[in-house]
Amino acid sequence: MSAPNKSYDPVEVEALKPEEIERLRDEAIAAFAAATDLDALHEAKVAHTGDRSPLALANREIGALPPAAKADAGKRVGAARGAVNKALAGRKVELEAERDARVLVEEAVDVTLPYDRAPRGGRHPLTTFAERLMDVFTAMGYSVAEGPEVEAEWLNFDALNMGPDHPARSTQDTFFLKDADSVVLRTHTSGVQIRSLLAAAEPPVYVICPGRVFRSDELDATHTPVFNQVELLAVDEGLTMADLKGTLDHMVQSLFGEGISTRLRPNYFPFTEPSAEMDMVCFVCRGESVGNPDRPCRTCSSEGWIELGGCGMVNPRVLVACGIDPNKYSGFAFGFGIERMLMFRHNVEDMRDIVEGDVRFTLPFGMEI
Amino acid sequence: MRVPLSWLREYVDLPAGETGRDIQAKLIRAGLEVEGVELLGADLKGPLVVGQVLAIEELTEFKKPIRYCQVDVGDANGTGEPQNIVCGARNFAVGDKVVVVLPGAVLPGPFPIAARQTYGKTSEGMICSARELGMGDDHDGIIVLPPEYEPGTDAIELLELVDEVLDIAVTADRGYCLSLRGVARETAIAYDLPLRDPALIDVPPANSYGPPVKVEDQTGCDRFVARSVVGVDPAAKSPIWMQRRIQKAGMRPISLAVDITNYVMLEMGQPLHAYDRHRIDGAITVRRATAGEKLRTLDGVERTLDAEDLLICDDSGPIGIAGVMGGAGTEIADAAVDPETGEVTGTTEIVIEAAHFTPVSIARSARRHKLPSEAAKRFERGVDPEATKAAAQRAVDLLVLVAGGTAEAGVTDIVAPRPVHSIAIAADLPDRVAGQEYGRETVVRRLQEVGCTVVGTDVLVVTPPTWRPDLTDPNDLCEEVIRLEGYENLPSTLPNVPAGRGLTEAQRLRRRIGVALASAGQVEVQNYPFIGEAVLDALGIEAGDPRRETVKIANPISHEEPSLRTTLLPGLLGALHRNVGRGTTDVALFELGRVFRVDGTAETLYHAPRLPVDRRPTEDEIAQLNAALPRQPHRVGAVFAGHRDPQGWWGKAQAWSWADAVEAARTVADAAGVELTVRQDQHTPWHPGRCAGLYVGEVLVGHAGELHPRVVKALNLPERTCAMELDLDLLTAGGAVKAEGPKISTFPVATQDVALVVDDAVKAADVEAALRAGAGELLESLRLFDVYRGESIGAGRKSLAYALRFRAADRTLTADEASAARESAVAEAATRVGATLRG
Ligand SMILES: [Zn+2]
Repeated sequence: MSAPNKSYDPVEVEALKPEEIERLRDEAIAAFAAATDLDALHEAKVAHTGDRSPLALANREIGALPPAAKADAGKRVGAARGAVNKALAGRKVELEAERDARVLVEEAVDVTLPYDRAPRGGRHPLTTFAERLMDVFTAMGYSVAEGPEVEAEWLNFDALNMGPDHPARSTQDTFFLKDADSVVLRTHTSGVQIRSLLAAAEPPVYVICPGRVFRSDELDATHTPVFNQVELLAVDEGLTMADLKGTLDHMVQSLFGEGISTRLRPNYFPFTEPSAEMDMVCFVCRGESVGNPDRPCRTCSSEGWIELGGCGMVNPRVLVACGIDPNKYSGFAFGFGIERMLMFRHNVEDMRDIVEGDVRFTLPFGMEI
Repeated sequence: MRVPLSWLREYVDLPAGETGRDIQAKLIRAGLEVEGVELLGADLKGPLVVGQVLAIEELTEFKKPIRYCQVDVGDANGTGEPQNIVCGARNFAVGDKVVVVLPGAVLPGPFPIAARQTYGKTSEGMICSARELGMGDDHDGIIVLPPEYEPGTDAIELLELVDEVLDIAVTADRGYCLSLRGVARETAIAYDLPLRDPALIDVPPANSYGPPVKVEDQTGCDRFVARSVVGVDPAAKSPIWMQRRIQKAGMRPISLAVDITNYVMLEMGQPLHAYDRHRIDGAITVRRATAGEKLRTLDGVERTLDAEDLLICDDSGPIGIAGVMGGAGTEIADAAVDPETGEVTGTTEIVIEAAHFTPVSIARSARRHKLPSEAAKRFERGVDPEATKAAAQRAVDLLVLVAGGTAEAGVTDIVAPRPVHSIAIAADLPDRVAGQEYGRETVVRRLQEVGCTVVGTDVLVVTPPTWRPDLTDPNDLCEEVIRLEGYENLPSTLPNVPAGRGLTEAQRLRRRIGVALASAGQVEVQNYPFIGEAVLDALGIEAGDPRRETVKIANPISHEEPSLRTTLLPGLLGALHRNVGRGTTDVALFELGRVFRVDGTAETLYHAPRLPVDRRPTEDEIAQLNAALPRQPHRVGAVFAGHRDPQGWWGKAQAWSWADAVEAARTVADAAGVELTVRQDQHTPWHPGRCAGLYVGEVLVGHAGELHPRVVKALNLPERTCAMELDLDLLTAGGAVKAEGPKISTFPVATQDVALVVDDAVKAADVEAALRAGAGELLESLRLFDVYRGESIGAGRKSLAYALRFRAADRTLTADEASAARESAVAEAATRVGATLRG
C-alpha cells in the first residue's frame, strides 16, 4: 500500500474523474450481468473488484489526494463500489439458484424402480388364525392350555366317556403306536381339557386348547391326517347351554362381524350331554342365497348356514373322572377345525395348499389374519 | 338310514303336502342328522305301463342279436293295437310281463322317448330295465314282472317310482333310528301326531313246542325268540312293493327269505336270521366260542373264532356268529328246478331267529372279524329287546302272506331277567342345564313323548322305554326335553368369567419368534411330523444317534414314513425342495413345532395304565400316564436356499449363507431374551467346517450353518442349502434376562479403530472377547468392520479391523483416556490370542 502523497493534485488524477468512476462502475455491472455461470461470474468478480481492478486502484489513489478533495472522491468511489458489490451479490444469487435448479433436475431418479431386495417373510395362516381365536378368548378371561400330541388313551378317550368298547371310539381313525399299550396320537385336543381339569384344584376352569391333532385320513382337497383344532372348556357353578350359545355368538361375531349368529342342532358326542352341532349364519350372503338361484353363494353352498363343529354341556361323567362334583359344577365345551374355518373364511379351495408349505400360499396372509 | 317317505307315511299321517325338505327340517331340529333328501322319479313322465310280450322276431343281421317285439300294452297307446318295439335285451320270453315306456314319455335323465328308426325297424317305445327307470344299478337285463298284472297298468305307480328318500346319518346314541319305527316315532313327535307302532301287533304267548333253543350264555344273549314256518314255496319271489322298499332303503333284494328278514329289520330295527330247518342239527344253542373254533360264514370266508365271540350253534358246531353273520351251512337254499320233473326244490321250512345280544359283545366280534354288517351295526347301538317277538311274528306273517307258508304254533321265547333301569332326576334339572325355564309339566310331557314312564313331583323317577338304552343319566333326559323344546329357542347369555392373565410367557415367546423370523424374511410352514428311515439316511444320521430312536406308528398313512420326527429338518427340507421344484428358488422357511424323542425316557414308555373313570386318578396315576409318553419338546428350525438379496439395479446378488442360519438362531435367542454363545462345532447333517454349536451358558441348545454337501446331494437340494434348529425348551430353561433400563450418557463419543493380525485359526469371538475385557468400562460398543487376508500380512494369518467406541457416563473423554483404553484392549488381545497391531 502506498503512503498518502500530500502534493497530489486531484485534477491531475485521471482515474478519479467522476465520469471515469461511473464508467468503471457500469463496466463491472455489465460484466456481472453477462456472466452466464458461477465460474464466469467469479472471473468478472476478480477483474472488476479484485485487488488489481481499476476501481480498487482508484480507491487506493484516494489516499494521495489533498484533504479537501479526499472526501468527495471517497464518496464517489465508495458509491460506485457499493453498487458493483450489490450487482455482484445479486447476480450470484441468481446464478446459484439456476445452478441448484439444474443439479436437482440432473439428480432426478425413477422412483418407480422396483426394490424387491429384502426377502419377504410371513407367518402361516393356521398359526395366526389360532392366535386370533386365542385373543378373543383371552380377552374374555380364558387361559390357553396346551398338551402333548402323543397322548395316553385314558386322557384321549376313557376320561371323555369313550370306554374301550364305545362305538364312537372306533370311528375316530386313530393312529396307534407300535408296541404301545394305550398311547396314541391324539385325535382331538380334548385330552388337554382333561389335563386342565386335573390340574385345577377346584373350578372355575376356563380354558381354550389349540393344537395339532391326528386322524388317519389320506390327504385330499378336503381332508388331512394332521390338522389343527381349537377346543374350549368352561366348568363353573351354574353354567348353562344358554351360556354356551352366548359364548359361540360372541366368538363368531368377533371373527366374522356384527350380527352373525349361531344355531345349535342336536347331535351326539360321548363327552357332552346334551350335545349339539353348531352352525353360523353365512357371513358372505347372510342367508340371502337360500332359495334364491339368482344369487348363489359359494361359501355356504346356498344353505345359509356354515357348519362350525361340535359342542355341548360337559358330560357329568367326564367331571366325575376328573374328581369334580357334577352336582355342584357344570360346564360347556366346543371344538372345531381351524383348517376348515380358514378355508371358508378366506376362500381356500384345496386343503393341500394349506399343508404343503408353498410360500406362495402363505405370503399373502402376512403377519396377522 | 334311508327312509322312503311313502313308507314313513304308513306309520304317521303326515299332512298331504308335506315334502321331504319339510320333514328334513323338522327332524334336523329334533336332532336327526338328515343329510339329504333324494327325489326319486322327479323328472319321470308317463306313459309307462305293463306290457305283455306277444311275439319276438330275432334280428340276426347286426353285430349283436336284436329282438323286434310285439307287445300288448292294453289301451295305453290309445289304439289297443300291439306296440312294435326293438329291444337289445334277451332275458324275457313270449308271454312275459314287462315294463314299456311309450313315445311322449320321459325317463329319468331326463331322457325323452319318441318313436324312432333303429335296426331297420320303427321302435314305438322301449322295454325298460331297472337302471333306465332309476331303480338301481344292479340289473342289466330288463324287468320281468310277476304275471298277475294286466297290460296297460300304470307302472309308475306299480313300481313306486316317484318318491322321496330321507338320508339320515344316525349317531351312536340313536340306534332306534336305524328303523322306520324309530324315525316314525321322531316324526310323530315332531309333528305332534299319533304313531302307528309296527311293533304293536298280536303275538301268541310263548309255549314249550317252539323250535328248540338253549341259551348257555345269558349275559351275552338275554332274549331269544324262535318261530317256524312250513310249506314255504321255494319258488316264491319277493313282491314288488317289498323289493322296492328294500331298494329305496339302500339294500339289495336277494331272495324271499332274506328280503323278509331285511324288510322286518328295516321296519322294526330288529335284526333277524332265517335258517333252513332241515339243515339245523338238533337244538339251537347260544354259547361263547372256544378259541380256535372255525366257522365258514355266509360270505364264504372261513373264520377262526375267538373265545369272546358269541356263537349260534347246533349239534354239529357253530352255525353263526351271533348278531354279526350267519354260517354258510344253514343258509336258506336257493330254489332249483329239477330238469326232468320240473319240480322246484329248495328251502320249504324256515326257522326265524329274533334275539337280543349284548352290544359290547357284538361290537367286538364285528371289529375282530371286520364284519360291519347291518345287523351288527344295530346290535352295537342297542336294539329294543321287547320288539323281538313282534319282529319274529312279522316275519312269520310275511312268509305266510307272500310265500304260501303255514305258521307253526310253537313259540320259543327265552328271557333272561333284565333289571329295570330308572333314573331319578330333579324336575328342574332340564331348566338348569338349558338356562331356560320349561317347568315340570313340559318336562314330564316331553319325557312321556319319547316313551318314558315318569312318576314323582320335585324329583322325577323316569323309566326309559326299552328301545332307548342310551338314556342312562339325568343329562340324557335333559337333552330329550331340550331338543324337543328346540335348541333354536335357547337364549344367548355370557358367563361371568373370572379375570384372566392372558398368554403364558412360553406362548408369548412363540409368537415373538414367529414375528421375528417372518420379519427377517422367512416364511412359516407347518409340516407333517411323519418321517422314515430314508430321510435319516440321507441326512447321514448314524445308528445310535438319538435322532434314530423314533416313535413308531402302528398304522401309518405311508409305510415309507412310519415314524414321528426327532428333528424338524426332514419336514423343512422337504418343503424347501417342494418350493424349489415349483420354481421358487430363493426361499427361507421356518417351523415351530414339537419333535418326539425317546432318548432319556424310561421303561414305562408306551405303557400307560388303564385307569377307572368313576373317580379322579391319583397324582401317582397321573404321573404314570405322563411317564408313558415320549418327550415332546418344542423346537424351532429354519432352512435357506438361493438368494437373500437378488441381483438388481442396485448391484449383485447375495446368497443366503451359513451366517444367515446362525443369525436366525440369534434372532430367536433375542426374542427369548437369552444370550446365545456361538462355537465352532461338527454335527450331522451340517458341513463339518461350517457348523455352529449354539449354547446358552454351557448347555448346547442347537446348531446352525451350511448343510454337508453330501446331504445336499442326497436330498437333491440347492447347493449350499443352510439350516438352523434350536430346542426351545432348552433355550428358555434358564428363563429370560430381564432388560435393565440403560443409562444414556450425553457426553461425546470417542471413536478409535484398530486392526489386529491373528492366526487364521483364531476365532473372531475370542478376539472380540479379549478386546472387550481389555477395553474395560469405557468401551460402549465394538464392531468388526473388516476381515483381510493377503500377502502383506503373511500366509495363514488374517487381519480383523474393529471400530471401538468409548464413552464415559460423567465426562467428556480426553484423547489420552480413549487411547489408553484402546491400548489396553490391544494388549489383552495380544495376551489371549497373540494378536499384533497391523503396521
Ligand atoms: Zn352364503
